Amino acid sequence: MSDELFVVEDLTVTTSTGRGPVDVVKNVSFTVGRDETLGIVGESGSGKSMTALAVLGLLPRGARTSGSVRLDGTELLGRSDRELRPIRGNAISMVFQDPLSSLNPYYTVGLQIEEMYRTHRGGSRKAARQVVIEALEQVRIPDAGRRIDQYPHQFSGGMRQRVMIAMALCCSPSLLIADEPTTALDVTVQAQILELLAELQSTTGTGMIFITHDLAVISSIAQRVLVMRSGDPVEYGTAEQVFSDPQHDYTRMLLDAVPRIDDEVAS
Amino acid sequence: MTRYVLARLGGVVVILLAVCLFTYLIFFKLSPDPAVMICGKTCTPERIDSIRSVLGLNQPILTQFGEFLRGIVAGRDYGAVHCPAPCLGYSFQTNESVWSMLTSRLPVSITVAVGAAVLWLLAGVIGGLVSAVKQGTWWDRTAMALALGGVSVPNYVLALVLQYVLVVKLQVLPFPSAPAFGDDPVLWFESYLMPWVVLAVGYACLYARLTRSNVIDTLSENYYRTARAKGLGGALIMRRHALRPALTPIATIFGMDFAGLLGGALITETVFGLNGIGKLAADSIAKNDQPVIMAVTLLAAFFVVIGNVVVDLVYTALDPRVRVVSA
Ligand SMILES: Nc1ncnc2c1ncn2[C@@H]1O[C@H](COP(=O)(O)OP(=O)(O)OP(=O)(O)O)[C@@H](O)[C@H]1O
Ligand SMILES: [Mg+2]
Repeated sequence: MSDELFVVEDLTVTTSTGRGPVDVVKNVSFTVGRDETLGIVGESGSGKSMTALAVLGLLPRGARTSGSVRLDGTELLGRSDRELRPIRGNAISMVFQDPLSSLNPYYTVGLQIEEMYRTHRGGSRKAARQVVIEALEQVRIPDAGRRIDQYPHQFSGGMRQRVMIAMALCCSPSLLIADEPTTALDVTVQAQILELLAELQSTTGTGMIFITHDLAVISSIAQRVLVMRSGDPVEYGTAEQVFSDPQHDYTRMLLDAVPRIDDEVAS
Repeated sequence: MTRYVLARLGGVVVILLAVCLFTYLIFFKLSPDPAVMICGKTCTPERIDSIRSVLGLNQPILTQFGEFLRGIVAGRDYGAVHCPAPCLGYSFQTNESVWSMLTSRLPVSITVAVGAAVLWLLAGVIGGLVSAVKQGTWWDRTAMALALGGVSVPNYVLALVLQYVLVVKLQVLPFPSAPAFGDDPVLWFESYLMPWVVLAVGYACLYARLTRSNVIDTLSENYYRTARAKGLGGALIMRRHALRPALTPIATIFGMDFAGLLGGALITETVFGLNGIGKLAADSIAKNDQPVIMAVTLLAAFFVVIGNVVVDLVYTALDPRVRVVSA
C-alpha cells in the first residue's frame, strides 16, 4: 500500500445546481503508482474533469466532496486553499484541455512559467529564467531563448500545449494530471504531444493521470484504466484486463466505437 | 510604430478640419446676422455695413472659412485691430479675445475634470472590485443597488440637492468659487468638492458595475484556474490574473469618457457657477455669441479626437495581442 504514490478512495463530488445537489462523481476509487499512468475514460459529462479538479481543490464554488485523496499518504481532501497552494503545481500539476484559454494573454509564456517556479522554489528571476528555458527545451520548443519572451497568441496550438506541459513539469511534480490535453489539437499534433508526454513521463518518473474520451489514446499510454459514466466508476483494472476482457456493457460499447487501431498503437 | 502614430495624427488633422467646416457652416447658415448683433440697439445701416466689411462677412462663405483657419495658424487683422495667432476672433458680447477666454477658463475645467476622474476611478474600481470578491454578500448587493440608483440620478438634480443641503442648510461647505490652489488649499478643496462629486457619481456607479462584472468574468477564465492550479495565491494572482485582464478594457473606456467630459462639465459648472469652459459654452449659446460657440465646439472636438488617439495608443501598449499586430 505504501508504495502507491497516489490513492483516491470513495471520492464523491456534489455540485449544487438550480434543482438541488447533484452527485457528479460517485464513490470513485483508484490508485496511481510511481512511474505509472492511469487513464480515465468516459463520455462528455461523465465527471472526469470534476474528479481531477477535486484532487487539487479547484472545484467550482459550492461543490462539496467526500472520501479520501492521499498523496504519499498525506490527505488532501478538505484542506484549505492556503494549505493546498504549496502542493498545486509543485507536487501535483495539471495540464488542461484548451491551451490558448488556459494561458493568460497579457503575459509572456516565460513569465507564466517563471512565476510558478519562483512561487515554489524562490530564487532570482535570472536563475528562474534559465530553468524556464531548459523546461521549454525539454518539451522541444525550438529557439526557446527567444520564444520565452513571446505571448501565448504568438504560439501555435501544439506549441501552446508544449508550453503548458513545460509549465506543469518545471517543478518536477510527483503526479501530473492531464485533462484531455490533446482534444483541442489536430490529429498529427495530438500524436506528437502524446509521444512527448509518454516520453517525459518515463524519463522523469512522474505518475500520471491521463483523462480522455478516446480509448485508443488510453491503450497506447496507460497501464491502468478507469472507465466512468455519468459520475459512476463503471470499470477499473489494468489496461490488459479492460481491453481484452471488459466486464461491463458500457466499456464494450466504448471499445466497439473505437476503430480497431488500438492494437497498432499499443505495439 | 512611429509611422502608425504619424498616420493617426494625420487623421486627427483631417477630422478636426471637417469638424471646423461643419461647425462654421451651421453657425453661418442658422444664426442671425452677427453684424446686427454686434451693432446693438442704436444702429444705422452704415454701421452694419462697416462691421460687415471688418469681419469679412460680405465675402463668400468659403473665403471666410479660409480666413478663420488662417487666423488660427497665423493670426489675422480685423480692420485696425490685429488678432495674433492662434486667433479665434473676438466675443460679440464682450469684445474679449476668444483665445484668452478659453485659456483663462481652461484651468478651472481641468481641475473639475481631473478631480472628478480621480474620484470616480477610485470609487468605481475599488467598489466594483470589492463587490466582485464578495460576490453575493450583503455588501455586494447594497453597493450594486446603490450603483444602479446612482446612474439614474441626473447630475443637475444631485448638484442642487447637495448645494441646498451642504451649503445652504448645514453650511459645512462654502459656495463654490474656483479659488486658486496656492492661495488657500483648504478653500480650494472645499470649493471643488461638490463639483467633483456631482460629476463623478454617475461614472463611479457605471465603473463599479463594469469592474465587478469584468472581475467576475475573469475569475471564471481558464487562465485564472491555471494560475490557481500552479499554486499561486494572494496579491500576485489577484494582480496578474484577475486585475490586469479585468481592468485593461476599463482603461480604454476611461480615456473616452474623460475626453468627452465637457458635456458633463457644462451642466456641473453652470449649476455651481464655476467659470470654466462648460459655463462659457452655456453662456455663449444662451447669448448666441458665435465666435465663442465655435471655439468651444472645436475645443470639445479636439479633446474627443485626441482622446481617441491616446486611447488607441494606450490600448496598444496594454494589450500584447494588439501590440504585435500593429508593430
Ligand atoms: N460549474 C459547475 N457547476 C455545477 N455542475 C457542473 C459544473 N461544471 C460541470 N458540471 C457538471 O458536472 C458533470 C461532470 O462534468 P465534467 O466536466 O467532470 O465532465 P467531463 O467528463 O470532464 O466531460 P468532458 O469530456 O466534456 O470534459 C456534468 O454533468 C456537468 O454538468
Ligand atoms: Mg472535462
